[in-house]
Formats: sequence, C-alpha cells, structure tokens
Amino acid sequence: MARVLMKGTEAIAEAAIQAGCKYFFGYPITPQNEIPEYMSAKLPKIGGAYVQAESEVAAINMVMGGGSTGTKIMTTSSSVGISLMSEGISYIAGCEIPAVIVNVMRGGPGLGGILPSQADYFQATKGGGNGDYRLLVLAPSTLQEAVEITQEAFDLAIKYRNPVMILADGFMGQMMEAVEITEHVSKDLPKRESWALGCMGERGGKRRILKSLYLNPENLEQHNIHLHKKYKEMEKEVRFESFLCDDAEIILSAFGTTARIARSAINNLRREGIKVGMLRPITLFPFPSDKLNDLATGAKHVLVVEMNMGQMVEDVRAAVCGKAPVSFFGHAGGIAPSVKEIEDQIRAIL
Amino acid sequence: MKETKIYERPKSWVDGVHTHYCPGCGHGITHRLLCEVIDELGIQENTIGTAPVGCAALMYDYIDIDFCEAAHGRAPALATGIKRTRPDKIVFTYQGDGDLASIGTAEIIHVANRGEKLTTIFINNAIYGMTGGQMAPTTLIGQKSTTCPFGRDPELAGYPMRMCEMLATLETPGYIIRVSVAKPKYVIEAKKAIKKAFQNQIDRKGYSFVEVLSNCPTNWGMPPVEAFEWTESTMMPHYPLGVFKDFK
Ligand SMILES: Cc1ncc(C[n+]2csc(CCOP(=O)(O)OP(=O)(O)O)c2C)c(N)n1
Ligand code: SF4
Ligand SMILES: [Mg+2]
Repeated sequence: MARVLMKGTEAIAEAAIQAGCKYFFGYPITPQNEIPEYMSAKLPKIGGAYVQAESEVAAINMVMGGGSTGTKIMTTSSSVGISLMSEGISYIAGCEIPAVIVNVMRGGPGLGGILPSQADYFQATKGGGNGDYRLLVLAPSTLQEAVEITQEAFDLAIKYRNPVMILADGFMGQMMEAVEITEHVSKDLPKRESWALGCMGERGGKRRILKSLYLNPENLEQHNIHLHKKYKEMEKEVRFESFLCDDAEIILSAFGTTARIARSAINNLRREGIKVGMLRPITLFPFPSDKLNDLATGAKHVLVVEMNMGQMVEDVRAAVCGKAPVSFFGHAGGIAPSVKEIEDQIRAIL
Repeated sequence: MKETKIYERPKSWVDGVHTHYCPGCGHGITHRLLCEVIDELGIQENTIGTAPVGCAALMYDYIDIDFCEAAHGRAPALATGIKRTRPDKIVFTYQGDGDLASIGTAEIIHVANRGEKLTTIFINNAIYGMTGGQMAPTTLIGQKSTTCPFGRDPELAGYPMRMCEMLATLETPGYIIRVSVAKPKYVIEAKKAIKKAFQNQIDRKGYSFVEVLSNCPTNWGMPPVEAFEWTESTMMPHYPLGVFKDFK
C-alpha cells in the first residue's frame, strides 16, 4: 500500500486489520468513534465480527473472552470508558490473556471534556484496576508510529499474554497524516494450542483454565511473583527516542502529541544556539528510566511537558534521582502547550 | 430378568474431587446434570465454560472442560467474546442470582437480546450465598437475610425479580425455561431442559436460558430437606416453572 492521507483513528483501525485483528468489541465515545465505525464496516467482510457492546464494562469482557481463545482482539475507547474497563483489564492481566486496548485520551476527571488530553498517564501506567498488575503502555507521536505500534501491540500482547495499552490523545486520533499501512505477519508467537481455550482436542484431552482466583495465600503470592517476573522481563521492550540529546544541557521530556510540539520548540532554540534536547518515551511502561538517568548526569535541568497537571513528571523525578533539577510545565482541559510557551519555559530556566 | 443399574460419576467430572458446596446445596445437583448432559452430547472436548463469582466460582475444579473465570456478573459478555471468536465451540455461562440479576443485569439482557448462540444456566437461590446470605434481587417478600434482617420489604427493596419473564419480553432470545432441582421429579425435567439448551447450540440456534430454582440451606438457616421443601412451597408460587419461549 502506498502512502495515503488518513485520520489517526482510521489509520489505527486499518493497521489493526492488516495485523490480523478480525474481532472488535467497543462502545461509542468521542474522540475515537471512527474506529468502531470503521471496524463495523470492514470486519464482517473479512469473516470477522464487530459487536457493539452494551457498555465499556461489557466490551472489555468480550475482549477478555476473545483473547482467551488466542484470537487477535482489540477495543478502543476514551478516558471515562477506560475507567469502566479497568475492572476487566485487571482480570485480563490476572488471567494472563492477550488484548490490545487503545485509549484516545480526553480531559477529566469525571466527564471532563472531549478535547485532547494526556490525563490518563497514571491510569495507564499505575493501574486503574485493582491489584499488582502492569500493562505494556505505548505512546505514539506520529500516525506512522501509531500504525507500527498498533501492529506490534498484537504480537507483544500474545508474546507476554498481557494487555497492551496504546495511549493516544485526541489530537493523534483526529489529525490527518500520510501513512503507509502494510500487511503485518506475526512471527515466532506461541501457538494457541499451547495456552488458549478451545484446544482441548488438540491437546489430547487436556483442558485449560484461565483464572485469577487463588484462595490460598501462598498460591496467590506465587501467582504474583510469576506475574512480577514477567513484568521485569517486559522491561526489555523499553523504547524511546533521544532527540538532540548528545550535547544537551537541558533535557526536555514529553510523550505523544506534546513531544511533537516540544520538537518544534527545540528546533527553534537550537537555531539560537541553546543546547536543548528531548528524551521522548515511546513505552510509558516500561519507562526509559536508565536512559533518562544517563542523560540527567550531564544535564543542568530536566523539563517535563505534558497535557495534564503533571503525571509523567513523577516517573521522570524517580529516574533522574536528584542528578538534575526537574520541573514541570503543562496544560489541562484540552489545551495544548504552545511552541512559544515551551520556548519561554526553557529560556526561563537558563 | 434382573436389571442392574450402575450409578457412576459422569466422565466429565474431575476424577476424585469432592465439591466445597454445603450438604444438600442445589449447585452440586446442577453440576452433575451439566456433566451428564456434556457426556451424553459428547461435547466435553468442545465446550468452554465461564465460571461466575459466587459459590460456583470454583466450578472448574469439578467439571473437566476448558474454563475461563468471569468477573462478577460479566460472564455473558465474556462468553460473547469466546463464542464470537470460536463459533465452533459450545459455550455457556453459569450464574447465581446476585451475579445475573443484580450486578450483571445489563450483560444478561444484552446477551439475550443479541441472541448470542450460547447457553445460560441461572441458579436462583434467592440469596447471596457466597458472601454469607445477603439480600438478592430474587429474595422473596418477607424473607430474612443478613441485609434485610426484618424480612424483605417491597417499600424499601422492591419486589423479587422474575428474570425469565423479563427476558421473555425480548423478541430475540430463543429458549427460556424455569426448572427446579428441589425434588427428583423436578430434577428429571431440569436435565431435559439443560440438555435441550445445549442441543440448541449444537444446532446453531439462538440464545437459551435455563433458570434453576435451587436453595441455600446454609444461609436460609434450614436443613437441606426443609430447604428444598421451602423452594417448592415458597419460591415456586412466585417463580412458576415452565417454558416462557421456545424459538417461536
Ligand atoms: C465486583 C464485585 N462485587 C462484589 C463481590 C462480592 N461477591 C462475591 S460473590 C457475591 C454474591 C454471589 O451471589 P450469587 O450470584 O447469588 O451466587 P451464589 O453464591 O448465591 O450462588 C458477591 C456480592 C465481588 N466478588 N465482586
Ligand atoms: S452457601 Fe448456600 S449456595 Fe453456597 S454452597 Fe452453601 S448452600 Fe450452596
Ligand atoms: Mg444466589
């Protein structure tokens, strides 16, 4: 497929289909409605199914069911919808079922607003649901990257048998960019007979139970230790972009749309000779802590910019570990930081 | 000629396990019926069950088939995801009255209304068994529970919900029936209903719903025999047995 101009939401939907996702369960919510709409038109034609769930609560449980049979499954929603899904996400993680969940974030708390936001960083990276579980969280900042991340998300979900969350914001969902979407063929993934439901015959009569209930405390602890080892292993999936950091005295850190704005500010400041660079986390869990710590060692200051009141900044502080001062700048409610505001922040630090 | 009938454990019963159910509990009887039906239809390797949150949460320890645990009330949605992705499999939910008629009301109505080609077994024991006997949506007027210690008062808690009747108002669902396991004569009918509800799935028909009037001797505070008498004398008048829909 050649490069075509597409809306973010549609690009994510088409990328998923090209990665072999034939089933989609969802519930309408702005600003991501184009995804279920796209899926409802396409999936029945390729032998799959679109089910409009009665709620996000139901949608995520349908995803759990679909994932439990070893099928590539996706749901998408936005903020308040993800809150409703949090119970299910915790069960999916606890039962070790693969699933891909996209959050096209809008402002909160509560009903908040429908404009873009990054206010669900905590929800995505620190839980949302109950218990000691982790999601692989990926945050694209261009639509081409969103396409690639969406396709790989299915493989990562199956590889780790864990939910993978793609954290996009309303800008990513609604903007248009040229993207190239090609068929994605998964390689070296565990066969579904090895773990999924519905393969008792293939396994010679050995059945399979997917559960998170362990009434015996020793068993529950063992289950948690097992999950924890897996989350440790997931750390090798860490991804980031280091932009003009080599000689940088000021390190900016931002993800998603905010990183795009920050990039413009950095380019402008570089023309004035100001040594500023950016560490853009692509995985928010695992967080690129080691890289940030390295960069902070030679830096004078670390500035975190987000479209929220300061969430990722906590992970940055923990990573920097006192090696440089860390400050935060952000807007909430659907307002994006402007290039000028970011430039001013950096000038003020100098 | 003398006929010898050997009473055996069903093949799909997990070897050598005893249930954790209280003596005389209807869950055990219904599990046995489920296993007999699975054996008679020859679908053990082809069936995927969803386990509820409630006293039957551990049913996968007893029935030797693939299982996925469901969150409280969410089994119909979970089963939808399973059946849609594996339409070749036989999929069922097995849910208590707290699970199905309270926290999972939305899920049960919509699974029925979409006509998902799966089967639901609904254990109505008029109480929350697992959490220690609190009021359920199905608790009868005047019936005492730990959260309606003076008896259920319709002024405060409304009237007991009749799920079969409610679901039967929907156009989509195919088979809706209420049975009981309170006495052997009812158990025979209950097995026929469960078998038919699974056969419907094999025949790729629509949604089937079997409500089973059961008991909870422990939280009703009655010996098992008395409890089943209460099911018959007190539950049945409010929850009449019968077929509410049969693919018409
Ligand atoms: C979200 C959630 N809320 C509450 C509970 C606690 N809980 C466990 S079982 C149960 C009630 C079960 O009653 P019922 O569905 O009637 O099943 P029974 O035990 O009577 O067979 C409740 C409220 C839970 N596990 N999850
Ligand atoms: S508490 Fe009630 S429903 Fe639960 S096993 Fe005991 S008798 Fe059965
Ligand atoms: Mg009950």
